[in-house]
Amino acid sequence: MSDPARRLPTRASMSSGSDRAFQYLILALASVIVLVFVVSLYLLGKDSWPALQRFGVEFFTQRTWNPVNGTFGAAAMITGTLVTSFAALIISVPLAIASALFVAEYAPKWLANPVGYLIELLAAIPSVVYGLWALFVIAPVLARWQITFFSPEYPERLALYTKCAGIWANDQTTLQCFFVPSSGAGRGLALAIIILTVMILPYTASVARDVIRLVPADQREAMYALGATKWEVISRAILPYARAGIMGGVILALGRALGETLAVAMVIGDSQDILKSLWGNASTMASVIANQFGDAQELLHRSSVVTLGFILFFVSVAVNLLARVLIGRLTPKGVK
Amino acid sequence: MTPILSAKNVNIFYGDKQAVQNVNLDVQPGTVNALIGPSGCGKTTFLRAINRMHDLTPGARVSGQILLDGENIYAPGVDPVAMRRRVGMVFQKPNPFPTMSVFDNVVAGLKLAGMRNKDQLMAVAERSLKGAALWEEVRERLNTPATGLSGGQQQRLCIARALAVDPEILLMDEPTSALDPSSTAKIEELMTDLKKVTTIIIVTHNMHQAARVSDTTSFFLVGDLVEHGPTDQLFQSPRDERTEAYVTGRFG
Repeated sequence: MSDPARRLPTRASMSSGSDRAFQYLILALASVIVLVFVVSLYLLGKDSWPALQRFGVEFFTQRTWNPVNGTFGAAAMITGTLVTSFAALIISVPLAIASALFVAEYAPKWLANPVGYLIELLAAIPSVVYGLWALFVIAPVLARWQITFFSPEYPERLALYTKCAGIWANDQTTLQCFFVPSSGAGRGLALAIIILTVMILPYTASVARDVIRLVPADQREAMYALGATKWEVISRAILPYARAGIMGGVILALGRALGETLAVAMVIGDSQDILKSLWGNASTMASVIANQFGDAQELLHRSSVVTLGFILFFVSVAVNLLARVLIGRLTPKGVK
Repeated sequence: MTPILSAKNVNIFYGDKQAVQNVNLDVQPGTVNALIGPSGCGKTTFLRAINRMHDLTPGARVSGQILLDGENIYAPGVDPVAMRRRVGMVFQKPNPFPTMSVFDNVVAGLKLAGMRNKDQLMAVAERSLKGAALWEEVRERLNTPATGLSGGQQQRLCIARALAVDPEILLMDEPTSALDPSSTAKIEELMTDLKKVTTIIIVTHNMHQAARVSDTTSFFLVGDLVEHGPTDQLFQSPRDERTEAYVTGRFG
């Protein structure tokens, strides 16, 4: 007979019970994330249906957005979102990389840390504060420039404006007219791009700074040892090595720019006309949602606004997928 | 013979801490010179002073003179960037530039020096890769990423990259410590050939390696150059008892 005290326990011990409970818990939590994704996709799709059914592909190509007569086309907002985001990206990336290089490579330590911290702090400022700052500080500067553009000393500019105003009235624009101020208000597309540039700068800058700092010392030294100047080390060893990580920061910034709502809604002027002038009023998908959702009582209007959200959702997902592919391609592999 | 490299009263400091004291050392052209000693003895620190790598470390300071072909590389007015082209360096871990092809890695130094002619670059790349005993293995894949090579091949690629600028001195900082035995053997074999075109100063942890490949050996201990002499003599009949203790394996 075996001694009962030495038999293996048959009941599941406490620890294996709590292990299992924890496993179910995290499974449930992880499922919630997937569920939220699926449900929001479903709801967006369901509420978009009336508008998509009514307008079909024209919703994407139609430039008219008129709640009064019930015609809705998102071409102007889709353009607005893409133009503001990519313009802000193009301006902010060189600035961000320059600031990352300054902080990581050039600045003495006593300066690098506070500057790096301040750049990160830019990301912590609420959107609404950026919006106010843009309206009260930057808009007057732009307005002053726009007004001097039309000063009586330059009659040819006024002639140009008159010509462009005619073109704009036909819902068209030319490359030249695109850069002619259409009003003296300061607000509009240009202000939205400026404010987006500042808002997304910290994302690229702080990611770029971190990946630049992580470039192994022997990569730098290998280039120095071949007789490189500091700039040659940066441009030929550090930046190529860090490029995938920097691209990750750029994509993060792009995602932020595409979705930025409040600050842009405050400054862009909320015009659903097609883009006519860099200085004129415009709108983005996010800004229209913010400005019109509360007023959209009628079914088709409401559905059209939701469809904007649906498109924005897909644009963001597509950008992220593209980013993953790009980063995978750029990552240096097999460093032994 | 006039030495190609000659260190005179070299002291190296990191901040207040002295890492190398009063080193005097002559290196003859066309030889392999090993720097040995236990960890932290200052051998790598000394090696890095020879191409002014310490310029890049905040707080590091070198005093004394290091004469390259009779010219003090630490003299005021010497441009460290131009100076480093005359001294090649191979590092502990293979460190090819991962975003560049095999070819671009080899010619990286030449491009820095302003060489743009494709044929000329190709000719030097072939010569350097042959010099590093890698040509036969990579001739078909010059335009593939350098990181596709094995660890041993990568290290020989780094040697080819250093050779391409035709350095008067090639510094090697434990070049085989990250490699397997057969890759190590290839690189050791290579060093004997490289003596014909350059002068090698190698830091090694491995005393047997020093005994196998070098003509002269310098033994460092806590920042002092304890003993320097022909390798056979230093290993078989060391003058200093600390050297003897180290080479017979009593410490280190």
